[in-house]
This record gives sequence, structure tokens and C-alpha cells, in this order.
Amino acid sequence: MELIKAENIGKDYTVGEVTIRALDSVSFEIEPASFVSFVGPSGSGKTTLLNLIGCLDKPTEGKLTVADTDIIGLDRKQSASFRGEHIGFIFQDFNLIPVLTVYENIEYPLLMVQNVPAKERQKRVAAVIEAVGMTDQKDKYPDQISGGQKQRVAVARALVTKPKLVLADEPTANLDHKTAYMVLELMKRMRDEFKTTFIFSTHDQKIVGEAEIIYTLEDGQLAGRETKGGTNG
Amino acid sequence: MGNLFKIAIRNLMRYRRRTMLTASLVAIGIIFVLVFSAAAGSFKNLIVGQITDSMLGHIQIHRKGYVASIENLPLTMNMKSEAVAKIEKMLEGMPEVEAYSPRIKFGGMFSNFTETTNIRLNGVDPEKEVKIVPLLMSRIMEGEKAIKKGVIMIPELLSRGMNVKVGDMVVVIATNKDGSVNGKQLKVGGILESATGPGGRDGYVHIEDAMEILRMDEKEISEIAVRLKDFGALHNVYGKLENMLSGEQSKQGKPTFEVHTWEGLSPFFNIAQMIDIMTLFIKIMLVAIVLISVMNVMIMAVYERIREIGTISAIGTLPSKILSMFVIEGLLLGVFGAIIGNAVGLAVVFVLRLAHINYNFARQTFILSPSVQVSDLLIVSVIVIIVAVLGSLQPALKASKMEPIKALRHV
Repeated sequence: MELIKAENIGKDYTVGEVTIRALDSVSFEIEPASFVSFVGPSGSGKTTLLNLIGCLDKPTEGKLTVADTDIIGLDRKQSASFRGEHIGFIFQDFNLIPVLTVYENIEYPLLMVQNVPAKERQKRVAAVIEAVGMTDQKDKYPDQISGGQKQRVAVARALVTKPKLVLADEPTANLDHKTAYMVLELMKRMRDEFKTTFIFSTHDQKIVGEAEIIYTLEDGQLAGRETKGGTNG
Repeated sequence: MGNLFKIAIRNLMRYRRRTMLTASLVAIGIIFVLVFSAAAGSFKNLIVGQITDSMLGHIQIHRKGYVASIENLPLTMNMKSEAVAKIEKMLEGMPEVEAYSPRIKFGGMFSNFTETTNIRLNGVDPEKEVKIVPLLMSRIMEGEKAIKKGVIMIPELLSRGMNVKVGDMVVVIATNKDGSVNGKQLKVGGILESATGPGGRDGYVHIEDAMEILRMDEKEISEIAVRLKDFGALHNVYGKLENMLSGEQSKQGKPTFEVHTWEGLSPFFNIAQMIDIMTLFIKIMLVAIVLISVMNVMIMAVYERIREIGTISAIGTLPSKILSMFVIEGLLLGVFGAIIGNAVGLAVVFVLRLAHINYNFARQTFILSPSVQVSDLLIVSVIVIIVAVLGSLQPALKASKMEPIKALRHV
């Protein structure tokens, strides 16, 4: 059973009197525990697609199911609850909360979104913080750690709720190559450990090769699907 | 909830200087309100105390219509002895009443044998009167501090104008209610300092001398002044007395008596009301200061943290929780401001109290002794905190309604 099923998704943006077609008839299916990348140049629709999958935006047309839920029909509050329960996010700029320590940033979704009891919370935070190798830095604030460390914290924050899906929009864009590979390795390891589906967008061709399934987007349309060991599209 | 407070405190501490400035602004507003209320309250209490404790008493009971004609001091509107006895019995049965004093008020001529002038006189029972107006004796500038039979206490201005001194003999002539004129020679026993308000320039004689001058066979009382054990119970006792006396009706079915608190008898009550209105305006200004400063700082906070709002919203934080986060920040700003403002305000009031500042009002010297009631502190604090929450509500609502996708795109 697929985790994500998109059928003929389209998305229009209106800027003033001009309507821009950001996505056009995009269809795909993603299985659980996949490591998927959406690639394409700037403006190809990668971020738009990730926003739609992540329940942050709604398509103008088409059908989109995530974790057996028709997410197009969800209202604002239901969307927030759905995201809190099923989806983890990793952002290009890390987006850690500056007034919280590394530990508290990772703990945040358990505490403020899922209301997990204290004991269980401590266990889960300790596990992911250990997994991303940030135990030593747990009491530091975001402005006291490096970019690579911030992204590791962001990965931990995305995984701590045990989501079915983690969406990462250009997660390595602000990192040097060495750190970028380390973060991707970490994401893969986490996928193996937690059986979570990872979808990331990138326009960096060197990074793309790390994905097991690669979808190429061009001008809002799906131009190809490539798996490690074969090409469909 | 505790975590929301923790995040709010850290966010406030993140912009420490701005938070301190806003809290200081709120605190300054509170200090201003407290000091003004305390000083104005002190002034008001001094004057009210002066008026009630040296002349009026707390409550007065008259025959219906007397107060409307009080300028003439009409003897025809005095209360008969049976009526007075009825009222006295009533007052003795009221535990709130500390003391009462019947008075005969009348106007007459005052002569030092070379000159004659008008005088307004109170015929009083000295023992009862001093219980009602304890400051009366302290107003006696010269002479013996007692109102004895055959003695008259005259106001200071009259003493100077007529060149009359303590120990001099004078004559008081008055017309009684039947129109016949009578006079009595009296010795000046004391000179009374003028006081602010009605009756502040009246003279005093013993009630039996008054009866003699007015040729009364039995006591006919102009007013009964009442002093309460607790001045705070003024309006309750007034209501109670009015209820009790409303049952006393004339043959025509009209009320026989009327009851007035000092407020209905002294024009200073209007000044007291103006002081209260000014205090209210100061409080409104405080509300405006708090509202604008908290709203301003919270609008800034929301604007600066749009991406953060986008992030926590994307992670799944419910709009209601985002709203709470910002409202709590506003609430804490109000609480910080209230704590600092109350502490400094109390200190300033305490220093003012120690300073014993004097000021003159109508030939009298008052010492400023401001005090702050716990209820005032609580009311001002609650107002400030509520207004701070209201001030943060609009920015907080804006934050909670923000679309995560737009917020995340914000640069």
C-alpha cells in the first residue's frame, strides 16, 4: 500500500492579474520507507509539490492522499493536527527556535503538538538526540552550534514524533558538501532505523545521487522517474 | 501551560532592552496613578475629615424641608421634643452609630455694646457635641476649650472685626419663632479658628442658653448630627436611617424627616467628585499607555518572528496554542510592569508620607499623608494586566491566523 498517491495534481498561483501554473498534471505514488528526491531547476515546482504533500497548501486540482487520508479535504485545524501526527519537516534554513536549546527544540513537537507524557518524551528525545550525535550539544542554543549541527537537530526534531513521512526542502542548500553528505547519510540511517519515508528536494546534482528514487520536475510537470538501478519516465 | 510561560519568558528576554523599556513604561504609568491617587486621596480625606469632624458630623437629620431653607435657619422648621425623642431612640438602637448630638441653629445680632453685626449660632450640648465633632475643641485658638453655660465661642473673623477678646461681655439678640425679640448677655469664652465648609464661621453657645435666648419652653431641635463608628459604612447607615424615618409621615402622608450625609450638605463633595473624576482620567491614561506600548511591542514581536510562527505552525502547533504564546507574552509584560510599578509606587508614597509635606488651604495647613489601599493596588494591577492581554490579543490573533506557507516564505 502506497504512502502517498498523487493523481493529476495541478496548482495555480495568482500574482496580481497573472495566473502562474506552478504544477501541471503531476501523478506519482511513493511507498513507505522510501528515500525519494524531487529534482529540478529553480521554479520547476519542487517546493510547491512538497508544500502540497506536507499539507501546507492545497492543489487547485487533482487528488492527493497521504497516509490513507485525503488531505485536500482537511480544514486548517485538521491540517495542523495531521502534520503534527504524520509529517516531519526539515527546512533549508534549519528553522530552529532560537530561544530553545537543542534538547528543547527536539522536544518541542512532543511537548507542544503531541502532548506526550514526560517520561516517554525524555526517552524519545534521548534516542533521537543520540542517533544524530548531538548528545554533547543538547544544552546549547541554536546560535551556539554550526550549520551542520543545526540540520542534525532539525532531522532529530522531524523524527522524534515518529512520523510516517519527513519532507525536506533543499535540506543541504546551506551546507558545505562534506556536511551535506553527512546530513543525507544521517537521513538515510534514520530511514533505516525508524522506517520513515524521506522526501527531499534539491537542485544540486551531486546530492541527487544519494536518493533511491528520483523524480525530475520541469516547468511544473513530472519529466521523469529514476530509481537506483533503472529509469522510468 | 508551564511550557508556554517558559517560551514566553525566553522570548521576552530575547529582546531584553525592549522588554525592559515596555515594562518600565507600564510601571511609570502605574507609579503615576498610585502616587496621584494616594496624594489626591490624602487631600480629599483631610478635607472631608476636617468638614465632618469639626462641623457637620457624618450624617444629619432634619425636619423635612429644613435643608432647603438652611440659609435662613428657620426656627419654625425645628423638630419638636417628641419627634427628637423618637429619633434619639432610633439612633440608640443602631450599633453603627457612635454618638449623636441635637443642635439648635439660629441667627441673631451680636453686639459688643459699641457695634452690632450678624451672627449664626449653634446651641449645643457640649458633652454630646464633642463626640460628634472631635476637632471642634482643637479649633479654639484662645480661651478655655469648653462650651459652658453663659459663655459664647465666637469665630475668629468676628473677634477681629469687632475687636472682641476672650473674657469680654457681649450681647446676643435673636427673634424667636413667634417674632418676639430677646437678648442675653454672654461672656466670650473662646475664639474659634475658621474652618472650610458650611458652618465654618458659626459661633457656639450652650443649648440651654440658646433655649433661653429663643424663649423655648421645651427643646426644639434644628438638627441631629450623627457620628458613625465606621465612616466607610456611611451610605449603608444613611440608607437604613432613611428607610426607618420614611415610616414617619405627617397627617398629609408626607415624610416628616429628611436625612443627609455630609455629601449632601457640603459643597466640598463636588470637589471630592472632581478629584475622583481626575483620578479616573489618570487611570484611563494608564490604560492607554499600557494598551499602546504592549500592542506596539507585540506587533513588533509578531512581525520579527513570522518565520518562527511558520515553522511551529508547519510542525503542527495548533492556532490556539500560537495565540496563547503571544497572549502570555503580553500578560507577562503587564505582570512585570505591575510588579515594578507597584513596588516603586509604594516606595514613592512611603517617602512622601515621611516627607510631611505641608500645604495651605483656606487659611488651614494640611500635612500630606498619602496612603495606598490594598484594593487600589489590586484594581490598578488587574486593569493593567487585563489591558496588557487585550493589547496583545490583536497581534496574537494575527500570528495564530498566519498561513504557515506564507510565513515560511517571509524574509
